[in-house]
Amino acid sequence: MFLKRIALAGAVSLMGSAAFAACSYENETPIKSLSAGFEAWKAVTDAMAECGNFQAELDQEFRTKQPAAFEANPSLYHIGGVSNGTITPLLNAGTIRPLDDLVAKYGENLSPNQLIRINGQIMAVAMMVNTQHLMYRSDILSDLGIETPTSWDEVYAAADKIKEAGVVDYPLGATMKSGWNLAQEFVNMYPGHGGTFFNDDNTTAVNSEAGLAALGTMQKALAYTDPEVLVSDSTYVQQQFQQGKIAMANLWASRAGAMNDEAESQVVGKVAMASAPKAVADGAPATTLWWDGIVIAKNITDEEADAAFRLAMEGLDAEMVKGANDAAIWLVQGYEPTDIAAGAIATATANPAPPAYPSTTQMGLLHTALGNELPAFLTGERDAAATLVAIEEAYTTSAKEAGVLE
Amino acid sequence: MKFKTFAAFVGPSVFMMLLFIAAPLVSVFIQSFQVTQPILEQVEVETCTPGFLTQTCTTETKTVPVLDENGKTMTETSWVGFQSYRNVLQMDKFWEAVGNGSWNDINQIDFWRALRFTLMFTLLTLPMVLIVGLAIALAVNNAVRSIRGPVIFISLLPFIITPVIGSLSIYWLFVGDGILTRLMEQWSGQNISMFAQAWTIELLMYFFRVWNNAPFAFVIFYAGLQTVNMDTLESAVIDGASRWERLRHVIIPHLMPLIIFIALIHLMDVYRVFEEIVGFRSQAHVISLQWLTYDFMTPDDAGNRAMSRASASAMLTMIGIVFLLILPLRRTWRDHKGSAN
Repeated sequence: MFLKRIALAGAVSLMGSAAFAACSYENETPIKSLSAGFEAWKAVTDAMAECGNFQAELDQEFRTKQPAAFEANPSLYHIGGVSNGTITPLLNAGTIRPLDDLVAKYGENLSPNQLIRINGQIMAVAMMVNTQHLMYRSDILSDLGIETPTSWDEVYAAADKIKEAGVVDYPLGATMKSGWNLAQEFVNMYPGHGGTFFNDDNTTAVNSEAGLAALGTMQKALAYTDPEVLVSDSTYVQQQFQQGKIAMANLWASRAGAMNDEAESQVVGKVAMASAPKAVADGAPATTLWWDGIVIAKNITDEEADAAFRLAMEGLDAEMVKGANDAAIWLVQGYEPTDIAAGAIATATANPAPPAYPSTTQMGLLHTALGNELPAFLTGERDAAATLVAIEEAYTTSAKEAGVLE
Repeated sequence: MKFKTFAAFVGPSVFMMLLFIAAPLVSVFIQSFQVTQPILEQVEVETCTPGFLTQTCTTETKTVPVLDENGKTMTETSWVGFQSYRNVLQMDKFWEAVGNGSWNDINQIDFWRALRFTLMFTLLTLPMVLIVGLAIALAVNNAVRSIRGPVIFISLLPFIITPVIGSLSIYWLFVGDGILTRLMEQWSGQNISMFAQAWTIELLMYFFRVWNNAPFAFVIFYAGLQTVNMDTLESAVIDGASRWERLRHVIIPHLMPLIIFIALIHLMDVYRVFEEIVGFRSQAHVISLQWLTYDFMTPDDAGNRAMSRASASAMLTMIGIVFLLILPLRRTWRDHKGSAN
């Protein structure tokens, strides 16, 4: 009996290892990848692993590792997972290769929309779009007779009613963890108020009317959020939603799938997605558009690059999307948008459309300055005008050190 | 000892110290007076971003680094004197704030905010660690022999936990509806948010550091207590000295060299406070000097690092430690000379 069970277990595990029959070929070249760690990347790297000889590193700190790892010769990774924000250092250092040849060879299933061209050359292949948009508890809003908010004023009016009704701990959640997340909130809000980040001479233009308006809108949120909002990142807000503690948040589309994950969520089917709220009535939704995708390192042999790209195409095929349809807003063939994609699509197709995250060397510096200087405003230690001056000064100091400003 | 034998013993560790401590220190010192910048050029770049159905392409002027023929970024390094120190210290703003007599304004300058916390944290945890450590040592020393082993084991536990892990555990116990916050809320009947304001965060930091460091003091004191002269103690009892008087006049003077030793280690250690800031995610409310250096060094999404300011900030931290150590070191030196005579 016991022997039989062992034999059976052995057979099952053999079947398991034969599972890379699901891949259309067997990969012979060892390939490594480094990417972010959210659900969509897990689906893609799992699909690549089916071909064998593949090692994936999923790390939320990938952005600090990637530039140095790709600059090594030979590069420590063959495939990199990037977004339009994190591709900049790789492009600047010239550590990723143009993909035109490889796309011609293996990319027959890619749509033109996926090919990220920089000066005409394909430098990356996008797999999904991402944006921060409004997620809300449809049951609570319809119970209280609130229309889906389309602007921040309406969001706060709705939050007021929800607070009065006392149905959740906090009406609003926000990704305002000091540092990158908080800065990103401003980067969403500021163009929404019609602001531009830089003047022609690379000095920053945030110290303006639009800057004051953006800060004002952000500050209003504090009346409705958890008092500990300055430590809350995307995962924290996602969990607050899943545990039924908040009713609305401007959260990443890549987090939408988790709302219906029955293993974690107590609010399955109750969270709806809508376009990111507008900051001003006739403006664009106050958010930025992002894409995530893959790049191939330059400092590897052509054979390795060939194998890596072929493997990546296997990970980005219709079969993978079928298995993880709700993990992201896929750009890959075979994706069928469901209800949870409605908000992201509405945001991306809005007229006027929100801008893509303006990733440049200067923007990196400004993002850091924002992340460091905004907390003092939200804790009430400094007023809006002084905060904008502080951001301008912090940016100027670091821009001079980086050589961007004279 | 013959000089040759002495050199053979000391040689390896001197070599290691030169390689891993002195050399990096010299390099950081030099870098703090330099700025290394990539050579930049302005180019027109057309970038395409996928929308949901079609792409939008924009052409804009971007500032990008120039690459040499090997594909490496070309950089130039220049000497800038004390510029990086000025950028970190921001003395002009500091004096202006002092002129206005505004504590809040001083607190808005990163370096001074970090210095305020780091100094206060170092100086306040020192007596707490000494007192708690000594108390545990005395308790264990007076405990019945049979329970001594388990008590020592339990008292040492916090010391074994890696500070990052320890601080994260405290964070998870108290954040949002963490177990301990829940308990306190039930107890007090009101909503408590430990990470919403600076003073509660700092309180947790003090608690964590004392909890984590007291066992070290305890081990040292406990060893010291084993060598207290029993004759002196007994004669003190006969003279009618109370427990407190025996502690004050016999035990503490005996332990004095150990107290200085622990103080030295503690000052060096705690001035580099870092784990609490990262573990508690307290950047919005409380930062430390070491965290400031780390923040300068962390690359942003575009790959920029403020290495020069990081070097300057690291040098300033080291100068701070040297200042703090002067007092206890002078005392040790005097004792050393005294015993030599």
